[in-house]
Amino acid sequence: MSGKLLSQLGKLWLALILFFLYAPIIVMAVMSFNESQYYQLPFEFSMRWYEKLAANAEIIDAASRSVMIAVVTTIIATLLGTAASVALFRFDFPGKRFLQVMLFPPIAIPWLITGTAMLIFFFGVGLGRGTPSVIIGHVALALPYVIVVVSARLATFDVTLEEAARSMGANGWTVTTRVTLPWISSGIIAGALFAFAVSFDQFVVSYFLSEPGDSTLPVLIYTSIRKGFTPEINAISTIIIVVSMAVMLFAARFSNFGGER
Amino acid sequence: MAEVSVQNVTKKFGSLKALDNVTMDFPDGGFFALLGPSGSGKTTLLRTIAGFIFTDGGTIRIGDQSVEHVPVEKRDIGMMFQNYALFPNMSVADNVGFGLRVRKVGAAEEKRRVGEALDLVQLGQHGDRKPHQLSGGQRQRVALARAMVTNPKVLLLDEPLSALDKALRIDMQVELKRIQREIGITTIFVTHDQEEALTLSDKIGILRDGRMVQAGPPRDVYNNPHDIFTAEFLGEANILSGKGDAPSALQSPGADIRLPSNAGTNPVLAVRPENMTITSAEPDEDGLSKMPAALVRRIFSGAMATCVLESNGTVFKVIARDQDIPDLPEGGQVWLSWDANKTITIPSNVS
Repeated sequence: MSGKLLSQLGKLWLALILFFLYAPIIVMAVMSFNESQYYQLPFEFSMRWYEKLAANAEIIDAASRSVMIAVVTTIIATLLGTAASVALFRFDFPGKRFLQVMLFPPIAIPWLITGTAMLIFFFGVGLGRGTPSVIIGHVALALPYVIVVVSARLATFDVTLEEAARSMGANGWTVTTRVTLPWISSGIIAGALFAFAVSFDQFVVSYFLSEPGDSTLPVLIYTSIRKGFTPEINAISTIIIVVSMAVMLFAARFSNFGGER
Repeated sequence: MAEVSVQNVTKKFGSLKALDNVTMDFPDGGFFALLGPSGSGKTTLLRTIAGFIFTDGGTIRIGDQSVEHVPVEKRDIGMMFQNYALFPNMSVADNVGFGLRVRKVGAAEEKRRVGEALDLVQLGQHGDRKPHQLSGGQRQRVALARAMVTNPKVLLLDEPLSALDKALRIDMQVELKRIQREIGITTIFVTHDQEEALTLSDKIGILRDGRMVQAGPPRDVYNNPHDIFTAEFLGEANILSGKGDAPSALQSPGADIRLPSNAGTNPVLAVRPENMTITSAEPDEDGLSKMPAALVRRIFSGAMATCVLESNGTVFKVIARDQDIPDLPEGGQVWLSWDANKTITIPSNVS
């Protein structure tokens, strides 16, 4: 086969992937502006579902809870994860390899299983269900992602920069804040985005750990779909997609996700 | 500024003795080279003086302070790294001013001293640039300015010129020496380049396998090496006799080699390649050692030429002005001669 043909097949493949990735999203976004509740064509532009959404206290409530949980999770997971990455990078201690290896299974274990285990655990320790349990669960899920991303950035860090700073009289705190953190800041931003996404998208663990009536947005969407789908869901989903794409593009503008600038 | 003293310093990495009872004095204001092949412990010694490595035994003094247990950041040193280790996110001026900000000298004072340091390395106009906008030589100057700006007690340079190409390296050698003389700071540098060590330093310490083999002024060490290793590592040496099982040139047929008065029995003798002369006829002046030899190869390199000769199984190297070498075909018979006073007696035959 000629290289030209291969390259054209490759382009076709890429086009198909993009089509299957974005077509459903575009259909959903378009339908959120359609007057008909039952996806009837012809398309008739309307803001009806957005107006209904604005009046739907349940969805607004769940959405703001989801954002709150995601923000708290992001802050905690990013702080802990960055600190852990720096410690794993800088120090040698017994069990370090074991600890590093144990970071990966939580990414691979199905959330269904993690969620069940967490539910049993939280009842076992007397915490039960509720927003604090959800946040702890989300932090536990997000932490490995932050550590993996920040560690990948740290691996490109030249340790002699820290040595140079120390030779000029800088103590550990100054070295970390003035030399190490600026270098890994793009990794930290990428890690924080991952943490936010893991928490905000999280359904299984949230479903197990949240109390009825205190649902997060994914849990609420799931239960609403079971009751009967309304284009309000399209509307909120469209808003979420626009906001998260904006955040991604904004972040990509300032870092290229842990790689070399 | 201060003198530095290393006494009986030992450092083990596992079972490997990286430094084995090393002693060397670095008097105030001098320029010192630590020279050795890779794995000799020269960098370990520099990093031990800096404080990145703590010793297992022995003492290190900087000025009148014992520093074995003092961490790097409290030793008041300036260090320049092989890869320069400039902070990529900071401008040149912020890089140079880093140590001053750590010492909280104030913005006006910082600006003045950074300006002075950059002027000293002739980069006064480049304060606003980022390191990646500079050439290799300019980065090296920034690293030097940054290491000196805090007026440290001692300046430590790890292979300072190895990342530069040859022409730039020679320029920077001159520059480095000028700056060091101007500031008068005690400077210790690590190198594997013997020429650099000979050119720059007031005193050379030669390391091998973690031991200080010989320390002294470059000319002393070059003219009176203590062992075959030093003789062959610092410059080149034709070993005439006493090197293990190698055939002794003293037994070459027709050779007339005068032993130095301190030779004793079974001596290790060497002659530097630049002290030997090649003639087509047997020389008859007094005071010469001489032997017949075959001219194996002649390598022209501009003003100078290197000749490889062979006599009774021993290979000799001679470096001379090209015009002083008789025009003979390779394989031709010649005479090799040298001033008998130029025969070096090496006291130890450890190689």
